[in-house]
Amino acid sequence: MTNATTRPASDYPPGGDAFRHRHLTGIAQLTPWEISYILDAAEQWVELNRSGAAKHDDRLAGLTIINAFFENSTRTLLSFEIAGKRLGADVVNMHAAQSSVKKGETLIDTAMTLNAMRADAIVIRHSASGAVQLIADKVDCPVLNAGDGRHEHPTQALLDALTIRRRLGKVEGLTIAICGDVLHSRVARSNILALTLLGNEVRVIAPATLTPPAMERMHVATFTDMDEGLKDADVVMMLRLQNERMDGAYLPSAREYHALYGLTPQRLEKAKPDAIVMHPGPMNRGVEIDSSIADDPARSTITEQVEMGVAVRMACLDILTRRQRGVPGWN
Amino acid sequence: MELRPLHIVNALLVDGAAPRAGSLLAVDGRIAAIDPTDIPEGAETVDARGQWLAPGIIDLGVFATDKPAFHFGGITRAALMPDTGPLDGAGLVERAAKGGKPDLWVHPIAAATKGLEGRELAEIGLMKAAGARAVATGRGRIADSGVMRRVLAYAASLGLVTIIHAEDEGLTAGAVATDGEMATRLGLSSAPAIAEAMAIARDLALVEETGAPVHFRQVTTARGLDLIRVAKARGMPVLCGITPAHLFLSDTAIGDFRTFARLSPPLRSEDDRQACLAAVADGTIDILSSGHDPRGPEDKRLPFAEALPGMAGAETLLAMGLNLVRDGHITPGRLFEMLATTPARLLGVDVGRLAIGKEADLILVDPDTPWQVDAKKMAAWAGNTPFDGMPVQGRATMIWKGGQRIR
Repeated sequence: MTNATTRPASDYPPGGDAFRHRHLTGIAQLTPWEISYILDAAEQWVELNRSGAAKHDDRLAGLTIINAFFENSTRTLLSFEIAGKRLGADVVNMHAAQSSVKKGETLIDTAMTLNAMRADAIVIRHSASGAVQLIADKVDCPVLNAGDGRHEHPTQALLDALTIRRRLGKVEGLTIAICGDVLHSRVARSNILALTLLGNEVRVIAPATLTPPAMERMHVATFTDMDEGLKDADVVMMLRLQNERMDGAYLPSAREYHALYGLTPQRLEKAKPDAIVMHPGPMNRGVEIDSSIADDPARSTITEQVEMGVAVRMACLDILTRRQRGVPGWN
Repeated sequence: MELRPLHIVNALLVDGAAPRAGSLLAVDGRIAAIDPTDIPEGAETVDARGQWLAPGIIDLGVFATDKPAFHFGGITRAALMPDTGPLDGAGLVERAAKGGKPDLWVHPIAAATKGLEGRELAEIGLMKAAGARAVATGRGRIADSGVMRRVLAYAASLGLVTIIHAEDEGLTAGAVATDGEMATRLGLSSAPAIAEAMAIARDLALVEETGAPVHFRQVTTARGLDLIRVAKARGMPVLCGITPAHLFLSDTAIGDFRTFARLSPPLRSEDDRQACLAAVADGTIDILSSGHDPRGPEDKRLPFAEALPGMAGAETLLAMGLNLVRDGHITPGRLFEMLATTPARLLGVDVGRLAIGKEADLILVDPDTPWQVDAKKMAAWAGNTPFDGMPVQGRATMIWKGGQRIR
């Protein structure tokens, strides 16, 4: 099968067979056609979101969605909130990072509390790998992973795939270089899984200290030389470098990181002439990416990724709540 | 109450030697005769009906005195690790030694350093006088090589074996898994498996220099086992052990973030697991123990990295050991050498063999009876077993401590 373009609904199994999962905890649980199914579903929300004043669809009216963020976030939280509201749901944000909830000792208790409030979907971000799965096992409603530790951030990978597909007309058979702090990045893990699953060649470009072990088992090639890794890439996906990594433990300095792994116009010339540059944000301008690239609309997809984020999250919320809403064929 | 002589008949006698059919007589708490002809008046006769009669299991290096679990598992003596407390003073050791009375022997292991902090020598001599049977570095190793050298020399001068946890703390800082595909996919902080061999290499050099006897409580990697093999071939006073988890599970068991499989050291690659099995078969690994470490939901129902390591292993130790026999890695006799004879020798206690004069700590084992490990129905005070759901065979059906029936 191909993921080149949007496919008609008749290409998918009917009803709930097209997407059998109760939760979205990670890309690792998905098949290629389930990814395509979400991407195709997101297309209509891209259109709706661009349609001017009436950006509203009330299919989730009456449903309560809780965004439980145990770790600080601005853009992902905002994106999920807008996605829920565009679909007519009542969206409640819980900033657990600032509340009395600390560490994992109360995580299950918090999950049970949210469950008792009869949420219809819970969106969770947590600093510990596996925390979202832990909560998903305890609650009755669908759980969406908005990032757990360095494990997965599935909606980010889906929005990146959608962005690539819309920009380059396909998201298969491409050469995609993921550059930066792969070791600590859930965005990288989810993207590696999604993009290899869809049939792309994925490369990882990272300092040796920030390359996870056993990458070959994830079917990616690793590079420590950025010029070499960028050669003939269709997509250059930059990762954010957390400030605390630059203090000497993993990297000598931000200056040295920029010299070796910063994306400059000269470096980008190694990639294909029409290569696109992606970044999950927020960016460290002048560290991992030069402003001249980030601000070049012909190359940078950064704002488009944010836009696709809302559409993809609308699609995920819609699909995962179909069983509760009694959508025909979904039971 | 006077202790009646005990006469066990129709048994298969299993200890270090080749198993053979026979009977055993215990009088006044000690083994008085094998295949006795004169049975004292008033002796209680137990018909073993062909079951194995073996020395009671001596579980070397547990983290809690959990009597129901030990009794279920055929364990008559438990050597208690010093971590809870920690056991770094004579009073604490004395109290811990009484923790099993009257129907379980607890042999406390003294903390090597005060507070197990790895800096100052603990009062090892006074603890020995209070009942400590060995010295241990605890859940971690002693980072400072100078301190470690002094611990080894001092413990050796008191005739005690030092029990070592071998992981290089620089490499393993913050790690909760072994480097590999599993840790990478799950996004867990991991350390290379060589952290073990590096720690073993340093301590072997110190053993060579001090002549002190040591026991590496868990050796779980091919590289680590190679070092032990070489050291033994050179005649160094080195023993090593393992728990069933590292023999029957690889790091794939941590998939789905199963915290019951969060262990210390962490589960290893399949290659390392195979190397461990080979080391059991060739005799490199001397002792099989449970590492019994019951942890309740408050320690385990957490995100993987926040959960505490450890497994409740006492109840499954014997059944997993019998798996090694069934799979052809070792003989029944060798199994009980690993479970009883060698631990007894390390601790300096007069048990661990079916021999005249030994204390009559005995178990009857039905090696074939099937049962299923169920985390929700464990005798241990917490059911954190990575073997949950596994069908196993074999269990202890009767236990005697000093000739007294306790189960």
